[in-house]
Amino acid sequence: MSDPGPFVSTRGLGRVFDVSKPWLNRMIEREEKVFLTAAENVTFDIPRGETFALVGESGSGKSTIAKMIVGLLRPSSGTVTVDGVDLFAQGDLAGQTALRRRIQMIFQDPYASLNPRWRVGDIIAEPVRAFGLEADARAIKRRVGELLEQVGLSALDGIKYPHEFSGGQRQRICIARALASKPEFIVCDEPTSALDVSVQSQVLNLMRDLQRDLGLTYLMISHDLSVVRYMADHIGVLYLGRLVETAPRAALFDAPRHPYTRMLLDAAPRLDAFGRTAETVVGEIPDPIDRPSGCHFHPRCTHNDGTRCVGEAPERLDLGRGRAVACHGVEEGRIGEGRP
Amino acid sequence: MIDRPLLSIRDLVVEFTTRRGVLRPVDGVGFDIARGEILGVVGESGAGKSMMGSAVVGLIDRPGRIASGAVLLDGEPIHRLSEEAMRRIRGRRIGMVFQDPLTSLNPLLRIGDQIVETIRTHLPVGEAEARRRAIAALDEVGIPAAARRIDSYPHEFSGGMRQRVVIALALAAEPDLVIADEPTTALDVSVQAQIIALLKRLCRERGAAVMLITHDMGVIAEATDRVAVMYAGRLAEIGPTPDVLTRPKHPYTVGLMRSTPSTLGAGGRLHQIPGSMPGLRAIPSGCAFHPRCPKAFARCDRERPDPIPTAAGAVACWLYDPEDPALSGAGEAEGTAT
Repeated sequence: MSDPGPFVSTRGLGRVFDVSKPWLNRMIEREEKVFLTAAENVTFDIPRGETFALVGESGSGKSTIAKMIVGLLRPSSGTVTVDGVDLFAQGDLAGQTALRRRIQMIFQDPYASLNPRWRVGDIIAEPVRAFGLEADARAIKRRVGELLEQVGLSALDGIKYPHEFSGGQRQRICIARALASKPEFIVCDEPTSALDVSVQSQVLNLMRDLQRDLGLTYLMISHDLSVVRYMADHIGVLYLGRLVETAPRAALFDAPRHPYTRMLLDAAPRLDAFGRTAETVVGEIPDPIDRPSGCHFHPRCTHNDGTRCVGEAPERLDLGRGRAVACHGVEEGRIGEGRP
Repeated sequence: MIDRPLLSIRDLVVEFTTRRGVLRPVDGVGFDIARGEILGVVGESGAGKSMMGSAVVGLIDRPGRIASGAVLLDGEPIHRLSEEAMRRIRGRRIGMVFQDPLTSLNPLLRIGDQIVETIRTHLPVGEAEARRRAIAALDEVGIPAAARRIDSYPHEFSGGMRQRVVIALALAAEPDLVIADEPTTALDVSVQAQIIALLKRLCRERGAAVMLITHDMGVIAEATDRVAVMYAGRLAEIGPTPDVLTRPKHPYTVGLMRSTPSTLGAGGRLHQIPGSMPGLRAIPSGCAFHPRCPKAFARCDRERPDPIPTAAGAVACWLYDPEDPALSGAGEAEGTAT
């Protein structure tokens, strides 16, 4: 592969939802239209074969961004480019269709994402048939068997229905289905948050093995920092639709720069923190429909200067070595590298 | 001060009689909770931890029933009380906090009315005094402008604020024991930290004991004094939290700790326990963990181990049988987590 650039890249990606009441209600109640900005100016790159994780709490826009990157949702602004092809540009339908096969998605709830009336073998065969990847029924059957074995199930499991499997096994089936179209890029939206700890480790290990064996590129969406620490090479932290910090894994966990990242890391429960009282967190995530002005984090931030933070949205500041932060305090040198 | 535990659960068995046989989601669990203590109950889904919590407060629906064993609150048996007598204990002597704050609050009533109702049901106070106490309770759990917010409906609060209201409701009648079943599972990390800190502070201040049911080892580490690990309806291990988490004895706890990803560890390969929690219709013979256990031997398949006392707790595993000198202490060798 001679491609020197990133495999996946987003530039200024944004999405606004119209959440207004119906027209008649607005007329009667004299209300303005209401918009929800789920994602705003999101820019990041994922090199081929690496894992990029987006972390954030509810309302941060993680799932909206995931849907735009797989092409399920049209962005309001910005671009998504995968292997040089713009996913939403006009006039490149052939290139985009060819690209679709190479992008797959794994969802959070393995109970909801498998059709209960289909046999597992048919569920996994569907992408193979849809993309015309195998010549005849026997070849398809053989391919389904291979896929089931690749995710640690038996080829004989193909005749069973989803309800005959446990949660972890169902997530394996979802992974097998995602692999069926021979993708290069898989978007995983909270792939293990519905699973128990002992089963979660099985699925995470499987995902890492597959990445190594098949050279997959992952975008992982998660709220769980410990899972992200285990899986990701690069991490982007979202707050109310904006990326506040992106950094390589070690840099982010060892020396977080953005005050929100620091707060999130402090708040995460720790296995060695016996009897710790982590009451360092101030306030709650504001309503995404009515986001605070300036830097969205300013009402909860201990470094809020009261003027610029309140009035002006911080720009993405490139700190080098794969690290970028959007914070006035970091830009002005008020927030150093050391932890407070 | 009498030196008896506030809550004592003895060999509790919960059974569901179905057409296809008798199911036992809780099968012989026993432990004590002292006054002012926070005891964590941890386990994966299907371990029976919530069912055990419901059994303590008499909230098991038919066809489920407590088949044997006892629940003693301050020395008095409460597992055979009538529904009416149990209702007087719930809310008054045992407060409850559940996972989803929306299902614990009546969406049609103002939160103040719900708290006032709870206070007046259990305490001999008038309307005005109850309202004053309700405002104080909301203030204490950190609801801003409590005197004004008391007249809001549940939907007007965020998830974290609703859970604060539920905690205020649970503590309104000043119970001796609070049962919190996954109180932070539906909440974001930053809010979870606040709620855990709040629960700990309030219980310490009032000397209330807490049974904190969760699947999250991090929450257990930060919030609890002792922890009981459950597997397939049984107690696998119990002991002081730092001991159990850093030097687990039961092979299940060892596996659980090693497979838990941590925000501290490097990105190495995670330990995995083969298989998954057995269903209630297919509980293995002997020790329920033996098919997944790396240390299982012949006896594990045949005989069910009872909890064997250790220095500060107990572990239900034949590796620690004092009558088996060839094996005693064999499990210690690999007993370190992470």
